[in-house]
Amino acid sequence: MTLDPEAPLTPKVPLTPKERMALKRVAMPEQDATARSANFGEVNLGLTEQLAILEAERCLQCPKPYCIDGCPVRVNIPQFIRFLRDGDIKSAAQSLLSDNALPCVTGRVCPQEIQCEKVCLRAKTGQSVAIGHLERFVADWGQRHAAEIAGSPAVRTGKTVAIVGSGPAGLTAAGELAKLGHEVTVFEAFHAAGGVLIYGIPEFRLPKDIVAAEVDRLIAQGVTIEANAIIGTTYTLPELREKFDAVFIAVGAGLPVFMNVPGENLKGVYSANEYLTRVNLMGAWTEGADTPVLHGQRVVVVGGGNVAMDAVRTARRLGAASATIVYRRGREELPARAEEVHHAEQEGVEFEYLAAPTEVLGDESRWVTSVRCVRMALGEPDESGRRRPEPIEGSEFDIPCDMLVVAIGTRSNPLLTQTAPDLEVTKWGYIVTDESGMTSMPGVFAGGDIVRGAATVILAMGDGKRAAAAIDAYLRGELPALPSAEPAAVA
Amino acid sequence: MHRVLANEQLSPNVYRLVVQAPRIAEIRRPGQFVIVHLGPGAERIPLTIADVDAAAGTISLVIQGIGKSTLDLVELVPGDVIDGIAGPLGRPTELPEHGHAVCVGGGVGTAVILPIAQALHARGVAVTSIIGGRSREWVILEDELKACGEVVTCTDDGSYGRPGFVTTALADELARGGVDEVFAVGPVPMMRAVVGLTGPAEVKTTVSLNPIMVDGTGMCGGCRVTVDGIVRYACVEGPEFDGLRVDFNELADRQSTYRPFEKAALEHREACKIGLRTGAPVDAPPVGAGAGARP
Repeated sequence: MTLDPEAPLTPKVPLTPKERMALKRVAMPEQDATARSANFGEVNLGLTEQLAILEAERCLQCPKPYCIDGCPVRVNIPQFIRFLRDGDIKSAAQSLLSDNALPCVTGRVCPQEIQCEKVCLRAKTGQSVAIGHLERFVADWGQRHAAEIAGSPAVRTGKTVAIVGSGPAGLTAAGELAKLGHEVTVFEAFHAAGGVLIYGIPEFRLPKDIVAAEVDRLIAQGVTIEANAIIGTTYTLPELREKFDAVFIAVGAGLPVFMNVPGENLKGVYSANEYLTRVNLMGAWTEGADTPVLHGQRVVVVGGGNVAMDAVRTARRLGAASATIVYRRGREELPARAEEVHHAEQEGVEFEYLAAPTEVLGDESRWVTSVRCVRMALGEPDESGRRRPEPIEGSEFDIPCDMLVVAIGTRSNPLLTQTAPDLEVTKWGYIVTDESGMTSMPGVFAGGDIVRGAATVILAMGDGKRAAAAIDAYLRGELPALPSAEPAAVA
Repeated sequence: MHRVLANEQLSPNVYRLVVQAPRIAEIRRPGQFVIVHLGPGAERIPLTIADVDAAAGTISLVIQGIGKSTLDLVELVPGDVIDGIAGPLGRPTELPEHGHAVCVGGGVGTAVILPIAQALHARGVAVTSIIGGRSREWVILEDELKACGEVVTCTDDGSYGRPGFVTTALADELARGGVDEVFAVGPVPMMRAVVGLTGPAEVKTTVSLNPIMVDGTGMCGGCRVTVDGIVRYACVEGPEFDGLRVDFNELADRQSTYRPFEKAALEHREACKIGLRTGAPVDAPPVGAGAGARP
């Protein structure tokens, strides 16, 4: 067996376990860092078929696969990898799609390193199987061959389900419920479906035509998307409950959190939501788009999560000579995916660790000119288990900037809940559900960030999948035992 | 999809579009607005719902064609379609039960005043509308407001009605006494001048603000305004606020964020129209109208 990815594939000869273990993990081909920091083309270019099959050979096909437990939507990972290894990509794609409604998305944005790949047996003695890369390869093949792999239409149940929000939780639930034969209508406040997948995650990480194709596949399955419909204003939740046999609320945690420091309303200060929505959903990165966005030359982004990385890398691509992350903890504590941090570093993003803004400063015409920060030191661990940052007195310093993006989190939007007095919410406005995902309103389920608080695409998708199963059970007059709410193996 | 049924010119640059939007026509309340998205690539434009015909399932949008995106809208003709209209958005006007209200409309802000005046009149509140424009041709919606009560029309150049600004007429009205509440909508300097009069007179004053917005549902935070020292989102907590507490300087300042883009967009649009594509500077940022489009 050759290890050279460029060499032609050898005829299928089963590898010995020793040969299998000798295979090194393939690397994801990437766009050159200097080139890509000036364009919006995808950073990861995807594996070739040859590389993918080579990587599939690395999977040990464990009899008790931990990787499935590590996956919030419980993809049968060994199965699709086995089909791929055997060269049957069509079966691999069908297998993957039967478990995961949005595999082109998760193959790109999942934090595999803390999920399936973390618990992969091969990670114990070396590098895990590149499950995420393989998922993406198979999913993309499936998207290119959509007609070939389309399943037969489900038998209609005559039951109707309204889904509020077309982000990852809503789309996943829509796909699952449509497969089961229910008539699904997805209500979306924006003019296009996808939620955070289209307004938040940038083109260079998740191309919008990929998301559109995933949505089109759902529409082909019979899902109706009603855009520009805001539940809480256009229709109230009680109205929806009356018109549909069940409702799934997946509106996300959409309100931006600001720092609450002086100067935050100066011109040139954005929430990450606004900045990314202008660039991604409204297409402000393309020439000739009607929606404007500021092109900062010296940009500071406050925060250390994936959203902060998306914003700072976007700023670089829009021409920022300097783009700096300001984060109150250290590199080890960054909540962003390792790959995003690594890519940001490659693209020339600077990192100012252990610093927290105390004030935004501006000029006489009220444009931002700099951000004043205080140096932080890490103290004892807090309730999140991370060491608590504490300001060092008298350590203030200024970072000059002409644009500042605040990416320190989001919170719940009261627009929907305020028109539904029967819906129980926490004091932070998140919706309370039982273990099946049902809210205090019978037949109304909820999942994703509006239940758990700001989290990841894949956790929202897991919620959507579980809620779909519960809704199906509810519509059939039963609520069976459900898989546990959290994947057991995820730390 | 929303079909345009009528487009009527009200002033040199203000137009009234009557558009199919049955659900919004059915449920909207005075003071609320919509976000209009003409089609792929277009901006999302917040516009007040100036009037509705619930039976016909239509809403009226009064639009000042000043930027690229608003010009695209006012040039629509009957039969054209608008891809998306989201709403109704914002809190409805808090209407008094009785008494005497003065409604002050400056320029296209008059279109925001109209549904308020109509609602006040419908519940028996005495309405005096004070509206104005640079000259006679800039005065809009006078007849519609006359159906709600007395109308004082002012023109800066004295070509029609009372010469001078709406604030001068308001000062007289306040001096006469008996004004329980003032609603004022127009350019920031006008609203600032209004509260300059109503503040000392201790008359409750409601203003409707038009900051920059993207989504209109609270998710972008672009529309943040400072009211009584607290940051508010105009899209979900407004657009109407206690005028005596609004930081108008900040509002006007934030509205100016995209002014250079607006100018470039307009030049580009003109260049395209007359077939001179050279007008588009290659290194110019993507452009659009953005700020202050909502009357």
